[in-house]
Amino acid sequence: MNQTATTTRAAALRSGAESLAASLPPLLAAAERLAQGVVPGVHGRRRAGSGETFWQYRQAMPGDSAASIDWRRSARGDTLYIRQTEWEAAQSVLFWADPSAGMGFASADHPPKSSRARLLALALGVLLTRAGERIGLLDTPLARPSAGRNQLNRFAASLAEKLRTDDVAALPEPGPITAGHYVLISDFMMDEAGLRAGLNALAARGTRGALLQITDPAEEAFPYDGRVIFQSLAGAVSFETRRARALKSAYQERLAARRALLADWAHHAGWQFTTHRTDTAPSAPLLWLYAAIGGLT
Amino acid sequence: MIAFLYPFLLFALLALPVLWLLLRAVPPAPVRRPFAAVRLLLGLKDPENTPARTPWWLLLLRLTALAAAIIGFAAPVLNPKTEAAGSGPLLIVMDASWASAPDWTARSQRLESVLNEAARDGRPSALHLLTSPIPASPLEFGTAQDLLATLPGLAPAPYAPDRAAWAEWLGGATSFDTVWFTDALGEDGGLGDVLAAAGDVQIVLPDTPAFALLPPSLDETGLIQPVIRASAGAAYTANLVAYGPAPGGAEVALWRATAAFSANDTAASALFDMPLELRNRISRIALAGVASAGTVALADDGLRRRKVGLLTTSSASETPPLVSPHYYLMNALAPSAELVEADMPTLMATAPDVIVLADIATLPDADTAALQAWVEDGGTLLRFAGPRVAQAAAEQVETNPLLPVHLRAGGRALGGAMTWAEPRPLGDWPEASPFAGLVVPDDVTVTAQVLAQPDPDLPNKVIAQLADGTPLVTWSRLGQGRLVLFHVTANAEWSDLPLSGLFVDMLERLAIGAGGQGATAADLAGQTWLPTATLDGFGRLGQPALAVAVAGETLSDSPRDISTPPGLYESASGRQVAINLFGPEAALVPLPLPASATRISLADTPPQPLGQFFLLAALCLLVLDILAATFVSGRLIGGRVAPLVLAVLLAGQPHSAEAQGQPYDAQIAATETVLAYVITGDTRTDMASAAGLYGLSRTLFERTSIEPAAPMGVDPNSEDITFFPFLYWPVTPNQTSLSDAAISRINAYLRGGGMIMFDTQDAYLGQNTENARMLQRIAANLDIPALAPIESDHVLGRSFYLLETYPGRWGNGTLWVEAPVNLTAIDGSPFRNLNDGVTPVVITGNDFAAAWAMGEDGRPLFPVGAGMAGERQREIARRVGVNLIMYVMTGNYKSDQVHVPALLERLGQ
Repeated sequence: MNQTATTTRAAALRSGAESLAASLPPLLAAAERLAQGVVPGVHGRRRAGSGETFWQYRQAMPGDSAASIDWRRSARGDTLYIRQTEWEAAQSVLFWADPSAGMGFASADHPPKSSRARLLALALGVLLTRAGERIGLLDTPLARPSAGRNQLNRFAASLAEKLRTDDVAALPEPGPITAGHYVLISDFMMDEAGLRAGLNALAARGTRGALLQITDPAEEAFPYDGRVIFQSLAGAVSFETRRARALKSAYQERLAARRALLADWAHHAGWQFTTHRTDTAPSAPLLWLYAAIGGLT
Repeated sequence: MIAFLYPFLLFALLALPVLWLLLRAVPPAPVRRPFAAVRLLLGLKDPENTPARTPWWLLLLRLTALAAAIIGFAAPVLNPKTEAAGSGPLLIVMDASWASAPDWTARSQRLESVLNEAARDGRPSALHLLTSPIPASPLEFGTAQDLLATLPGLAPAPYAPDRAAWAEWLGGATSFDTVWFTDALGEDGGLGDVLAAAGDVQIVLPDTPAFALLPPSLDETGLIQPVIRASAGAAYTANLVAYGPAPGGAEVALWRATAAFSANDTAASALFDMPLELRNRISRIALAGVASAGTVALADDGLRRRKVGLLTTSSASETPPLVSPHYYLMNALAPSAELVEADMPTLMATAPDVIVLADIATLPDADTAALQAWVEDGGTLLRFAGPRVAQAAAEQVETNPLLPVHLRAGGRALGGAMTWAEPRPLGDWPEASPFAGLVVPDDVTVTAQVLAQPDPDLPNKVIAQLADGTPLVTWSRLGQGRLVLFHVTANAEWSDLPLSGLFVDMLERLAIGAGGQGATAADLAGQTWLPTATLDGFGRLGQPALAVAVAGETLSDSPRDISTPPGLYESASGRQVAINLFGPEAALVPLPLPASATRISLADTPPQPLGQFFLLAALCLLVLDILAATFVSGRLIGGRVAPLVLAVLLAGQPHSAEAQGQPYDAQIAATETVLAYVITGDTRTDMASAAGLYGLSRTLFERTSIEPAAPMGVDPNSEDITFFPFLYWPVTPNQTSLSDAAISRINAYLRGGGMIMFDTQDAYLGQNTENARMLQRIAANLDIPALAPIESDHVLGRSFYLLETYPGRWGNGTLWVEAPVNLTAIDGSPFRNLNDGVTPVVITGNDFAAAWAMGEDGRPLFPVGAGMAGERQREIARRVGVNLIMYVMTGNYKSDQVHVPALLERLGQ
């Protein structure tokens, strides 16, 4: 029963993501970092490296091994050339769509933040799978990235699982591999200490990636007034005010501070950061993610 | 005055100050909102000026609502009854006489509330009108609900109740309470005691004193109309109106006069000092603004002051004045008639009612012919015998056309010096004599007379005879007039008759001299009288409910009752008298009320519970409180709620349809074809009329060559209707009455070829609906010809479409049009020749406007019938409209078509 519901949800989510991804060209992820554990992939990285496709000849420098000299080319002139092949490797991208209860928030008739997060994650996953990249989902059994249609199906099913019902909100543990990109999609509304700890743990592993903060319009505009008890979605944390309107500017300052914190961290850690509001179209953040992972920005 | 049914509940009001303190301390309840970013809020401080307490105005609002609810539940009652309602059987008696008529509506309403109360309490009830016949069965009680159903049929009677008979009927019945709606007039008859013995009695008294009109009389100054009132109070001026037929036959107000009551006076009189011609036309005098049988005085021939012409001839003037027949006649007639003494041409020019020929036997042939024509036209020729008539009788060869009987040659003389016979006294009046009932004095004797030739008709012509049966007065009809012959002289030469009072009475009975007042007992005695038109309780003249002939003695002696209602009565001899409710000596006697009874004035408003208003106010305040609380707690989001509130407010507004007519504009009306409707003042009806004529105009535009402009609403009281070919007149129960100017304008309009369609819109034309009664009131003053239900071959049925039926929104009502005159069937023609009488009015109850009504988009506005049959009916109704306007525009053009074959034949020759 539950299995069936999950499958149905997964199918719906996937069809939505496929349609969104269909409009984009296959993503060619830039291989920016040569690191261990790189598995040659099906496409070049537009730089010299291990691969089968010719990339360029370059003059041999002192220190190059003699075995690497292309003698046929070198015979045509006085200088020694080394024949370089294009580096071909599949990139690993690890996703994290925040499963905390707070992501289920939605005001008015806007979609919940969680659905938007999952959609974007899967859309990007589809693009990457088409490009032959390997994808994985942090904090799940799929944390080890893998390529292929099968992985995408499992990825989609895993994304479609229900949100947490407890009030835990924390960044994920870094994945089992240090290579590859991280795509973290969340509202980043956890408490500041926990957020800093999580980010620092990621930075310590030398990872790169993109942070996408998803917010609801109500979370930015704060259209509340009167005596209100604000509760977290799981209900564990609550805050009472007698005149909500008076808190608007203070709240918005705090929201701006949170964004500044994220942007600052991203800047220093070499990550990308942007925000997305659920009442705008999801194609913009997908393009942004596409560009961020592709290293075009 | 306000009282409470549960006053102890008001103690709850004491708790309000406590509530004030409690409510003040409690801040508005918080809203719980899930909010994902709540962690960002943690640690924020509320600003200082938060509304921790409920604002004072909100508090006041709530307390007011609460107070209103408390007061509402305490059941306040306006004008509370001083005593508790009984529980036993309840008898309701109503005097329901003429004096109840002016405030009959108030009585009905009070009666309804009494019955409603009885129905609520489940009291067995009985209702009796004291003016109705005594029931055969003893007093029985039914349910009040059943009585409520009979209410619309109750009406006051045009006479006083016979309380004594009812007291006798009720005597012995016990243990019931009574509500007695009384007029506070007349004799108690023991009824009060009987009712008081049976139980509690509540007496509902009228709040205005009763007025009554006594029979009018004539004197030298004019017509005197006495007015009496029941209680001597402050000075008061009563307005009286004399009504009579206008030359066209419609009844109009002829004259107005006032009767001023001085303080502490119960009688006053009004003087109608008006021209004789006008005064002779008076048919009734009514007290303005008080509609009852007692405030109407009917006038009859007795009030007419007739013009009597005495013909003089050159030979007559030779008689010494004091023994001249004219001297006697003038003395007898002068107080009651206008006298003209002149020769023939002058006399005819003054148009007298009666011409007297005193001992004038022969006239020139031209005068005889003129006189004969005048009599045939309705004049009364009164002739007296004398020597010359006796002489002429001896010489005559054929019957004089101006004598009722054939005279024998030579008269007879009795008791003279040369005869043995005694002078003869008068005998009894023959059967059916107009003089029947007059007392024959012993001392009147006849010494000489002319004799009538015996013939079979003679007994029918004799209306007075001597003791030996010799005719003394004979009469006969000639055309519409009468010839009357006194077989004696008009002076005392041949008899004592002219010297006696009987002579004056006889002249009066012959409707020659008017007595100057209504019929007296002596006038009525000895004859039977058949009511021709009687007053109802409201003083309206109508068909008699009970057309049974009544003996004159009954009519004059006993009080008016169901068999002798006031009205116009006719004797077998054709004399008409007006029998009024009161005799000349009548007075309004206050009713002695039983001492133990509770007195309630009709003016007292009945107890009115106010609880629901307070509860409603509390509810409204609570709704307001919801809005206010939402506002205070920040949940009132302006943009979202304002349209809702606006929608709620607008929902209460009546739907305002676009006006499809145009305002009255004489210039447009004169230059274009404009259909018009009469503005009734009832918005809904006027809207329907405008939409109906708009729809009809559109239909005409589409189907015919008549292209009317937008319809106009007119007020016939203030605007000129001459320009409109067709006037649609919806009749509603509360239309303003027409002014005299408007009536003459409408009559001119009808004469000038206009057409008015009266639509009672109630589908029950001819039944006694409110609309129908209103129509009668409107039409009473208008010049409307005799009407008849429309015939199948009426031109209206073929002026454009061929129609069989004439349905409007309702399908069953009859269409009434002018009755056809001069019906002559033409050989070979399927239709009768209906002459040129285009009917000036069409009367219907079918609500045509609703069937014609069309919105701007051409869609019908009112449902007609059901389904396709209904649409068919609407189409037929539109065709009726087209035919009607075609008929208005073209007259009897279609009817003239029957002459076409004849015309063609003539052309061919």
